[in-house]
Parts: sequence; C-alpha cells; structure tokens
Amino acid sequence: MTRDEFFRVGQTVTLGSHKFEPDAIIAFAKKFDPQPFHLSEEGGKKSVFGALCASGWHTASTWMKLNVAHGIANPGNWMGDGPAPVVTVSPGFTNLKWLKPVFAGETITYTRTATGLRPLASRPGFHMLMLHSEGFDSTGDKVIEFDNSALVKG
Amino acid sequence: MTDKTWAYEDFVEGETMDFGSRHVTAEEIIEFASEFDPQPMHLDEEAGKASILGGLAASGWHTSCMFMRMMCDAFILDSTSQGSPGIDYVKWMRPVLAGDTLTATSTIIAKRESAKRPNLGFVTMRAKMVNQRGEQVFELQNTGMFLKRAAA
Repeated sequence: MTRDEFFRVGQTVTLGSHKFEPDAIIAFAKKFDPQPFHLSEEGGKKSVFGALCASGWHTASTWMKLNVAHGIANPGNWMGDGPAPVVTVSPGFTNLKWLKPVFAGETITYTRTATGLRPLASRPGFHMLMLHSEGFDSTGDKVIEFDNSALVKG
Repeated sequence: MTDKTWAYEDFVEGETMDFGSRHVTAEEIIEFASEFDPQPMHLDEEAGKASILGGLAASGWHTSCMFMRMMCDAFILDSTSQGSPGIDYVKWMRPVLAGDTLTATSTIIAKRESAKRPNLGFVTMRAKMVNQRGEQVFELQNTGMFLKRAAA
C-alpha cells in the first residue's frame, strides 16, 4: 500500500452536511463577524445579500468540523511498511472563494479531495498532503471552495 | 452620502492600519475547538504539550476568526464594506497558545475601481498578526469590496 492509496489521492470524499440555523448564524457572528447581515433577518434584508446569511468564516469553519468528524485516514486501514502516517497540523490555505451567500436555513454538503502528497525536503520523514475542499447548497450550487494542506508524519 | 469613516476613497496604497491587540484565553480556545475543530491539541493542555504545537493551541480557523473580529472592530463596521469574494491566502505560521496576546496590522497593497459597478471598488490588503514576543503567527491576503463615498 502506498501513501497515495492510504490518503485516497485523486478521490473526492463527501464529509457530510450541516444545516445553518438562524440562531447559530447569529451566535457565531456576534463573536467573530458582527456585520448587520450576519446578525438579524432585518439587517440581511437591508443589505446587498437580501436576507440573513452566515459569515464566510462560519461556512469555512464548518468544513473543518465535518472534516474532523469524518477523519482523514483510518490508521487501521494502513497496510504499508512501518507505522501508519499521521496527519498533524496545517500551514494554511489558498484560493478561498465565497461564491454564493449561505442563507439561514440552508444545508451545505462538504467535500474533500486529496490532490497530492509530496515529501518535505526541509523535514525528513514528513510529507505535505494537498487538499481541495468544497461546499454545495441544497440546489447543488457551489458556495465555497479552497485549497488547503496538512503536514503528515510518516 | 455615507456617515461611515471608511469608503473606497479613504484607502491609500502603502498605508498600514493598526487593528490593536487581543488576549487569547484557554476557555475560548476550547469553546471554539469543541464546536469546529475537536482535535486533542485544541482541547486539552496536556495533549497540546505532547503535540507538535507545544501547548493548548488555538485552531487555525479560530485564529482566522479572531483576526476577522479585530478587523471588524478596527474599521469594517465603520465602513462601506460590501463583503469579500474570498481570501487569496492564509498562513498559520506559528502556534497561537492560551495566554498569548495577538497584535494585528494590515497594509493596503492595491486598489482598483470596478469596471462593472461604477459605485464600487476593490481593495486588496495584506495583514499579519504577531504574538507578545513579536513573532509572526498569521498572515492573510484578501480583497474587499467597498462602496464609494457618494454611492453609500
């Protein structure tokens, strides 16, 4: 078994779905993004968006919630030499696009695609796992996408 | 005509804005991680110490959200902001640990008027956060949309 097989490089994995309830949109926005269109239905109506919608950071953080819940690779599935590779931390993300507002009551389905795995010259014994992540609303429209990565030990 | 302090015209290329400082508590790290990123190093001091991060550390998504709040309080809430189409990049450069104090600044690196919407312009910023030792922990580049003063 190769690391590419273990991390399912080239495959798109559906992580699950999350419904954005109005109360949760407002609670998140009060802490991190208190712009009027994230705080009340009234504020949303008066804005360019036309209705209460989730902070883009709420939509992005929810990808992580479902990503952690789903797990990235089950160590029990490792059939290569030595111990199973372990995902550690992430150095960040690039090309994040908020393509469409996520209105109150909308359900978003998130995906993750491992796009590659490369050895790190600066850190022998580690690899960088490259990912492309997306979220889709109930009509099938893409609402968010980004490229991210994770440091793999092993 | 808007009564907001910040409209498209007010952003000057090359200028740096100061977003102030924020203390990071263990409680808020655990609260965010419990909901969005429940990995051991974000939930428990001992697990954090045993991890590559070296202590109870904020989720990178949490650090990004804390930055957003600082930016809101510094100027977004007092601006003609029309939201953002996205983020060019975010770098989580060093761990943000419980007890740290983060200081954020942002530099305007480009601005241009919208070809499609004459009442609006795009402002590109590169922001960073440093901890109490002056070590950079975070960098972000994005473009925001702002109405011109006369249109807002």
